[in-house]
Order: sequence, then C-alpha cells, then structure tokens
Amino acid sequence: METKTAENDNILVVKDLKKYYPINTSIFGRARAHVKAVDGVSFEIERGTTMGLVGESGCGKTTVGRTILRLHDVTDGTVYFNGEDLSKIPKNRLRRMRPKMQMIFQDPYSSLSPRMPVGEIIGEAVREHKIVSKEQYRAYIMKVMRDCGLQPQYFYRYPHEFSGGQRQRICIARAVALNPELIICDEPVSALDVSIQAQIINLMMDLQCEFGFTYLFISHDLSVVEHISKTIGVMYLGSMVEIGNKDQIFDNPMHPYTQALLSAVPMPDPSYKMNRIILQGDIPSPANPPSGCKFHTRCNQCMDVCSKVVPKLKEYEPGHKVACHLYSQD
Amino acid sequence: MWKYIGKRLLLAIVILIGVSIMIYALSMLMPTDYIDRQTAPAVANGTMTLDDVTRLKEIYGLADKSFFGIVKSYSTWLVGAFTGDLGYSFLFGRPVSTVINEYMWTSFILAFIAFILETGISIPMGIRAAVNQYGGYDYTVSVLAMIGTALPSFFLAALLMNVFCIQLGWLPLQGLTSATKIFAADAHMEIFLDKAWHLILPITVLVLLGVGGLMRYTRTNMLEVMNSDYIRTARAKGLPEHTVVYKHAFRNTLIPLVTMLSGSLPGLFGGAMITETVFAVPGIGYIALRATMQGDIPFIMGYNMFLAILTVIGMLISDLMYMVVDPRVKLK
Repeated sequence: METKTAENDNILVVKDLKKYYPINTSIFGRARAHVKAVDGVSFEIERGTTMGLVGESGCGKTTVGRTILRLHDVTDGTVYFNGEDLSKIPKNRLRRMRPKMQMIFQDPYSSLSPRMPVGEIIGEAVREHKIVSKEQYRAYIMKVMRDCGLQPQYFYRYPHEFSGGQRQRICIARAVALNPELIICDEPVSALDVSIQAQIINLMMDLQCEFGFTYLFISHDLSVVEHISKTIGVMYLGSMVEIGNKDQIFDNPMHPYTQALLSAVPMPDPSYKMNRIILQGDIPSPANPPSGCKFHTRCNQCMDVCSKVVPKLKEYEPGHKVACHLYSQD
Repeated sequence: MWKYIGKRLLLAIVILIGVSIMIYALSMLMPTDYIDRQTAPAVANGTMTLDDVTRLKEIYGLADKSFFGIVKSYSTWLVGAFTGDLGYSFLFGRPVSTVINEYMWTSFILAFIAFILETGISIPMGIRAAVNQYGGYDYTVSVLAMIGTALPSFFLAALLMNVFCIQLGWLPLQGLTSATKIFAADAHMEIFLDKAWHLILPITVLVLLGVGGLMRYTRTNMLEVMNSDYIRTARAKGLPEHTVVYKHAFRNTLIPLVTMLSGSLPGLFGGAMITETVFAVPGIGYIALRATMQGDIPFIMGYNMFLAILTVIGMLISDLMYMVVDPRVKLK
C-alpha cells in the first residue's frame, strides 16, 4: 500500500477513514455513544478518472465526501491528496489548498447564497485565491460561465431567478472556476429531474475531458454512476463492502448487497423478466451497528460466521475487492 | 413602487381611524374622568356642588357618556384631527400637538443614543455568540442577556440610582438639569454637559434592558444562516472565516435585523414611559403617563395617534427596507 501513495497516478488515497458523531452528550459535554457514520473506509482514485460511490441513504456516502475535504473534522484515518495528509495539516494551509479540491453539493437551491449575484458567487473565491489577474478576471468568469452552459449576461442575476438545472450549472461553474484537480460531487443530480440530470452529467463529463478533473461521484442512482464512473465503491452502513472497476461491479457483483442493489435498477424494457432480490427490513442504526458483518441482518446468504466475525476487504480480482464471508477470507 | 407606497398609505388611514375609534371609546368609558378627579376635593368639602361639576363636564365635552354622545364627540374630534387640530390638553392647557412637540425631542435624544449603543453592542455580540455556539462566550453573553431582559426597568433603575446616586454620589438622581446650578445664558457647553451627565443613568438602563433581546435575535438568525448550505459552500471555496461570517452569513442575517430595527421607530419617538418616570426626565413618555393617569382625553388621543402613525410608518419603512437588503424582493 505504501508504494501506491508514492506513485503519482493516485490523486487521492483514503486510508481507514473514520468519522464518528457524538450522541447522548452528558451535561459536561462527554459523549456516551457515537454514531459511526463512516467506519474505516479505504480507497484510492486515479488522477483524471471518476470513482462512483453508491449506497442507500444514510450509509455515510456524503460524510465520506465532506470528511475527505475536512468540511467535517476527521475522527481517525488519513487522507492523502497529492501525497499530502489532509487530515493533519493546519486549517490555514488547508484553506489555501481548497481551490485544488472542490465540492459540488446536492441541493442547488440552498447551496447558493441568496444575496449574491451569480458573477460574484462564481468569482469571489477566484479573487480570494488569485486564480487570474485583476485585468483578466471578468473575461475569465465569463469564459467559465460559457464553458458551463451559462450565458455571460447572467452575471448580475441572482440565484432565485434560475431553474434547478441552471443553478446546478452555477454550482459547477463555481467549482470549475477555481481550476481544481479533484471535485467531489455529492449527489449533484438527485435534486434535478431526469432530462436535466442527463444534461448535467454530460456537462460534467465534457469538463472532465477538457480539463482533466478527477471526480468522486457520490450517488444512490446506479445508472448514473455506471454512466460516469471508471471505478465504483459500494458502501453499507459506514463501511465499504465492495470496490472495483465498473465492469467488475456490474458484470460480476460479488457482495450480496451489491447484487441486491443491482437487481433493483429499473430497466427500460417492460418485457424484461426481473429477478429482484428484495432486502428485508430497514438499514440498522449506525449508532448501534450489528456485530460481525454489518449486513448480516438483511443478507439472504447469511451464515453463522457472519454475525461473529467482521469480514475483511480482500482483493479477489485485480482491483476488485469484496468484504464478505462467502469468499475465502485468508 | 410609488403605487405600492400609495396603496399602503391609503390602508394606513383606515387603520388609523380604527385605532382612534378604539382608543376614544376606551378613554370615554373609563369610570372617572378628568373633571371628577379635579373637582373631587372641592365637592367633598362643599365648595362645589354636583351641578357645578356637571356644568364643567359639559364645557369639557365629557357630560354625555351615552353611545350617541360618544359618537358625536368622537366625530368632532375626528374632523378636528383631519384639519390638523388635535384639541387642547386638559392638563397643560395648551394644544396637544404643541405639548407633544415640546417633550418629544428629549425622549428622542434619550432613545436615539440608547438605540445606537444597543445596536452597536448587541449585534457584534450576537454574531460572536453564534459563531462560537455553546462556547464559553456564548453562554456568558446569553446568561447576561437573559438577566438584562428579565429585569424590570423600574427595579434596575432603582438599583442603579441607589448605587450610583445615593451611595457613591457620582451621578444625579433625577431630572434633566441640576436645580442647584445657575448657568449663564450663553454657557451652552456647560448646559450640554450637565444634561449629558443627567442622561447617563437613563441611557444605561435602556441599553441594559434592550441589549439582551436584540443580541438573542441576532444570534438566532445568525445561527440559522450559519447552518445553511451556502455557508458550507463558502467554506468549501476556501474563503477566510471572517469573509464567511461577515460577507456570507451576516449579510443574510441583515434581512430580519433591518426589518426589526426599522420597526422600532415608535420606540424612538414615543418615549420610555417607565424609565423616564423613574428618573423624572421630562420626556414624552413621562408626560404621557401623567396625562393618562389624569384622564386627559385629548392628550391620550393625540399621543396614541402619534404612536399609531409612527408604527404604521415604521412598518412601511421596514417593508421598503426589505427591498433594499434583499434583492429577491421586488414590491409591486
């Protein structure tokens, strides 16, 4: 693993990332219990590619994204970005690094300041981080807006004058204007309707081709993830259960949870005979996760060992890792 | 925009007439009136007969307390009010508008200085408390604010008077000018300093009482904004924390703040009844309390209409200010 960080093709290496939220705090501020939102997640992303992160709601996908960028503080684990440990560097230096790692948020309605015109939303941080010189500033913002499919005359308009899709374009333009290397997209299309989703996804892929961005694409929509990603990680209750490249995950899902997820993807062909795996019950509370394999309470192939031993994430094919007792754990 | 203001002003007239009807009816239906109060001792020792009292009441227009009598005297008042004549104050024997104008400015100066101090202190405090939510600063300031809000003004005033005027003897007890000093007519500086010296305690009381509420209000609104998604976006942009707090968060907090502050217009001119009374500052609040106790109906009407007009204007201003601070609002 150490050699991999030394290699420069991985822009982001996440090792055993943990994020616990204290609950039931006593009057003196001591936590009696923790919600383990992210509980030991490891993965790496190759420069210029897209990694999809999927899982049902509440499984910690969003927390992973935010914790990587240290919008939340890390409880434990390390995040190497371009070989630098983000989880340790001081806040001020982190702030200076922010342009290199941007985030696109889920809700384009609330993530734009309502009292700022679009040009200012996009340009504020460009000025702050001195991305371009003062003379070029306006032309640069106009160019970014055009790149993202926004007409430059929107410069002085306010966010409430735009539709959801256009607002998400503003959010993308905002991130892109800082010339980032890594963009974490936290469900960037799930607040939009389907026809707009396609436009936004295509815009993001075009921008990736042009500028060579690396995406961490967080979504619960498997068909979107399949379209955009090179590698895919599947999360369940704060842990990574399976990780591999797109074809490995879609053609040969090994973890029962991944199999169930894939079987639930709607097919556009009504005559297609679906063989759905219906999961029983709800996702357990992350404050009190099940013992052993966290998925054993809902797994259709559950064995005795599953409730006792935590399965290790092991590589079975090159790049394809699974954490499941169905496969040899040695 | 002008059409909107015009519409609001027309509406305001309707509101003001409604308010005047209610106040007039209430003051007329009080069990005793000005004449009863003034003549009671004379009637008791036999220097006046009840006939004299009735005759006096007729002169003052207080004799007929039946429904139609009230309607009749109200309409006389209303016609006068429309022509700008609010009548003569029973108590002062001068036109109500003159009395209001005379005492209003003392109150205004007192309230205005207190208002400036209050805003200047409580808004930065609220911002800081919100940024360090549940921190030491937040708790300290919140507890002090609660104490300030919970203290009755007369109690706090009496407490401060006891400490600073009686025990320490640093500040004057009451009034606006020193009774024992005689100033030359052109000693403007000394007169000013003397007044300022007298105003220190009343202003302190007003500020201490007002800071808490405004600080909590700022804190609450600031917290709401600080937890919103676009603040997270601003942080993710890598903006420095003071830009996040003051440019992104505080500017959005301004919307409710400006609305609330421009609604405080009646408070600026209307006087602080209790504080002024305790300190015997000859302001409009002090005068209004005296007039109300005496049943001085023309003054009660004039004063309350004055407050009502200020309230209506204050609300109109706060709606217009909305448009200034919030680019999303376009009034039609």
